[in-house]
Amino acid sequence: MTALHSRAIGRDLLRRDGRLKVTGTAPYAYEGPLGKPAYCHLIQATIARGRVTGMDTTSAQAIDGVITVLTADNAERLASTEDNELAVLQSDEVAFRGQIIGAVIAETSEVARHAAGTVQVTYAQEPHDVELSVDRADLYKPYKINPAYPTDTADGDVAAAMASAPVTLENTYTTAMYHNNPMEPHTTTALWDGSLTMWDSTQGVHSARSVIARVFGFDHEQVRVVCPYVGGGFGSKGTPHAHVVVAVMAARATPGRAVKLALTRQQMFFLTGYRTPTIQKMQLAADRDGHLAAIALDVVEQTSRIKEFAEQTGMPTRSMYAAPNRRTTHRLAALDVPVPTWMRAPGECPGMFGPEVALDELAEQLGLDPIELRIRNEPSVDPDSGRPWSSRNLIACLREGAERFGWAERDPAPGVRRQGDWLVGTGVAASVYPTYRMAVSTATLRYERSRYVVEIGAADLGTGTWTTLPQIAADALGVDVDDVDARIGDTDYPIASVAGGSSGMSTWGSAIVEAARAFRDKFGTDPADGDEAEGSVSPPTGKYAMHAFGAQFVEARVHADTGEIRVPRLLGVFAAGRIINPRTARSQFIGGMTMGLSMALHEQSVLDPRFGHVVNHDFADYHISVCADVGDVQAHWIDEYDPHVNAMGSKGIGEIGIVGTAAAVVNAVHHATGVRVRDLPVTLDKVLAQLTPN
Amino acid sequence: MKPFAYQAPGDAATAVRSVAADPAAVFLGGGTNLVDHLKLGVAAPDLIVDVTAATSNEITDDGAGGLRIGAAVPNSELAADRRVRDRYPVVAQALLSGASGQLRNMATTGGNPLQRTRCVYFQDVTTPCNKRKSGSGCSAIGGYTRYHAILGASEQCIATHPSDLAVALAALDAEVRVLGAAGERGIPFVDLHRLPGEHPELDTVLEHGELILSIDLPPLPMAARSAYRKVRDRASYAFALVSVAAAVDVADGIVRDARIAFGGVAHKPWRATKAEESLRGAPASDDSYRAAAQTELAGAQAQDGIDGGNAFKILLLTRTLVATLRDLAHEET
Repeated sequence: MTALHSRAIGRDLLRRDGRLKVTGTAPYAYEGPLGKPAYCHLIQATIARGRVTGMDTTSAQAIDGVITVLTADNAERLASTEDNELAVLQSDEVAFRGQIIGAVIAETSEVARHAAGTVQVTYAQEPHDVELSVDRADLYKPYKINPAYPTDTADGDVAAAMASAPVTLENTYTTAMYHNNPMEPHTTTALWDGSLTMWDSTQGVHSARSVIARVFGFDHEQVRVVCPYVGGGFGSKGTPHAHVVVAVMAARATPGRAVKLALTRQQMFFLTGYRTPTIQKMQLAADRDGHLAAIALDVVEQTSRIKEFAEQTGMPTRSMYAAPNRRTTHRLAALDVPVPTWMRAPGECPGMFGPEVALDELAEQLGLDPIELRIRNEPSVDPDSGRPWSSRNLIACLREGAERFGWAERDPAPGVRRQGDWLVGTGVAASVYPTYRMAVSTATLRYERSRYVVEIGAADLGTGTWTTLPQIAADALGVDVDDVDARIGDTDYPIASVAGGSSGMSTWGSAIVEAARAFRDKFGTDPADGDEAEGSVSPPTGKYAMHAFGAQFVEARVHADTGEIRVPRLLGVFAAGRIINPRTARSQFIGGMTMGLSMALHEQSVLDPRFGHVVNHDFADYHISVCADVGDVQAHWIDEYDPHVNAMGSKGIGEIGIVGTAAAVVNAVHHATGVRVRDLPVTLDKVLAQLTPN
Repeated sequence: MKPFAYQAPGDAATAVRSVAADPAAVFLGGGTNLVDHLKLGVAAPDLIVDVTAATSNEITDDGAGGLRIGAAVPNSELAADRRVRDRYPVVAQALLSGASGQLRNMATTGGNPLQRTRCVYFQDVTTPCNKRKSGSGCSAIGGYTRYHAILGASEQCIATHPSDLAVALAALDAEVRVLGAAGERGIPFVDLHRLPGEHPELDTVLEHGELILSIDLPPLPMAARSAYRKVRDRASYAFALVSVAAAVDVADGIVRDARIAFGGVAHKPWRATKAEESLRGAPASDDSYRAAAQTELAGAQAQDGIDGGNAFKILLLTRTLVATLRDLAHEET
């Protein structure tokens, strides 16, 4: 493919939507421009398994301002109940605690919420099962892992290599259950007047339309989804969850009047997906010089009983390092729990925790620098597919990061540096994320009142799409970026893939480049008002293994008396192709790294097996790093141009920042204290007893 | 949220009369805890009496080195007051270690010590809780106990009191002035909060309708060298795993006197009188501090639970007390 001459691409341009957002005038899904909407509040099950035997809505119906109460008895029958997560109010069965069993529609959100609390529910409760462990007898092998990868892989003989290699390591690492928790809660405003208009906080208006049309049996033309701005999604807004179906049911119960539904923060811990906890048994075998003879990762994780989601945790182990003997497996427990889903860097994020800590442990065993260990195991082609790399600059990232971070002066001995009351250490880990390009996306380019206008139903999750799409269009057209407008976030614009898998720029940008070429071919450089052309993305050739890489460096401090852990420095260097806009890119990288820090030190959804739900279901109890936890965070990138990935030469950067961070933190805590923590999060109680106080 | 009536009287006597007359009435200070409870269904009052205009918002000198703090003084103003910072730094530090700037602007001196436990089961109306509904059972026992008690718990309740300010006030021998239907009375701050015993639904000894008018800090010269050390799961905006409020008087390498209270470990701010006693006359050394902690914590009882229980808090509190006293004594020399 012909490379774009970059003039606008690579420029540090301000966000076009910045002013609207900081002045609070960018309309979000809950703020649809409507006259007098009704409000909907959900009723949730308080058992984790069983049946609803009765719902007495008499008191709720009697409350002034209540319009109606939806339950499984009176809710409309859906056209498709194939997806159990979305088959809401279709039966009396309860499959997890917090599942939606009803909804109140009222004149105000306060009345709806109050009335929802007055509905008396009786149940036939059955024993539930929500505890994940490696020794469950019912662990099963899923048919595939997300989105469509083989469940297991094997090359050579890992067991034989483990038996004969001079240096081996076998440890189990665990990551916690995490909830996506975008700042903007999941909200939907729906209006039914023979056709459906839905203002939904979503990562993809077209995919939301397609799911809702299928569930209700609507034609696509009957459904319009609008979402110009999204206050974060991190995967949980990648596809509609059950509450969106309820919002549409509510709208159809009040024809001609819009209904607004916003989940509370607590409800998001039941209804909008989460990352499964993972249990990772890791095996490494090496010669005394650190060349890997074997690498294996056996993963145990959970899904819900009603719908399978198999996190692809073993994926990075398949491609990251060279070793003749290799194995990855995934086994699932199907539990009476809510449905897990994508969360920022599904697979890669948890899947680079165990392996990257294990490598640090192996380096220590070998007396080898952990960067050198990684360099010695650099594969010349993708060990998984055998395909050549489109580009792979992991070593460059490690070296540049080491230089910028001051790694050369590092004394490898753990637990020996002290500044005042604080033990100090540093750690490193690698990052990786596949470069995806989705199969479907179309852009329209039109010349309108002396400006070029790009229309595509893409999404901006706060990532910069409003700003970066015009940069791509400008270079594809050979015009100034200030002469280009973008219109996104509406199914009235051409189809665009979901903003997921860090594929947005690659996919939508490719469609825009095609549209620009078609436009120039048709109309030359002197178009008339209204001239319009369309272009679509083409699928990747499959000739290359395409990934972005990175290296993350961490300084950790651990209080010698109390075990409190602080991370004053995070430094990442990434090789992610051509960077479209350094301002929005830096924001994506440091956002991901901060989320990785949060995963390392704080985040953990605590599931109480007696009740079956996450009990720390608010922001006071589910800890996310706050400003005081975040010190100097730097993201850099190397100058990489990859001609094979797409016309821009760019790789996705939305997710790689969170990959490897937690391992680097754990490795730094070990270097500071000598204590090796293999279970996230690293909290003070996990190091305290092994510290020698002042 | 259940609909309720709202009043905002201009004087304390009217406020007290309104609440005392209605068993389903509550006082509202800054609302930083009650409003959450209204939304969650933890509280469902019929009448809310806003007392922010009914009580004093001033800090006055008692002429002898002590201070009277009006119940309506916001936490942020109390923390910023020069007299408080000079005479009782432990109070300012405790306040600043809690919540956020916005919350401290809203929260009041009278309301802060009356905030309720953040036990996750107390705050979730779908799980049994003896504190929320007497006799329904304690879900925390055997559950998520990381933030729960190691001192003074009962079989009915293992919740902890969340306030940081209250820990400092307990250490300083503060007194609470309250007005009730029967008139005005003073309560030593250390006696304001209860241990759960058989009645965890009662957080304090206040009668229904009794309103805090002020909190009085007595003169205590040694408090000029005092500190609040809060250990938590993130650097800010989290409740204490353990905390220590302490003031020490050290001369010639000997501890002459000490005031110590613990937070995050009991149903009330835990005044550590045994530790204080063990320190008086002891050498100002880590060994003395450790012995004091061990004396106080001899009766500590850890809770099992999911996510490993809370046994680590005994060691953590010991280490935190030692470090806090060491730093303070070092300051003294």
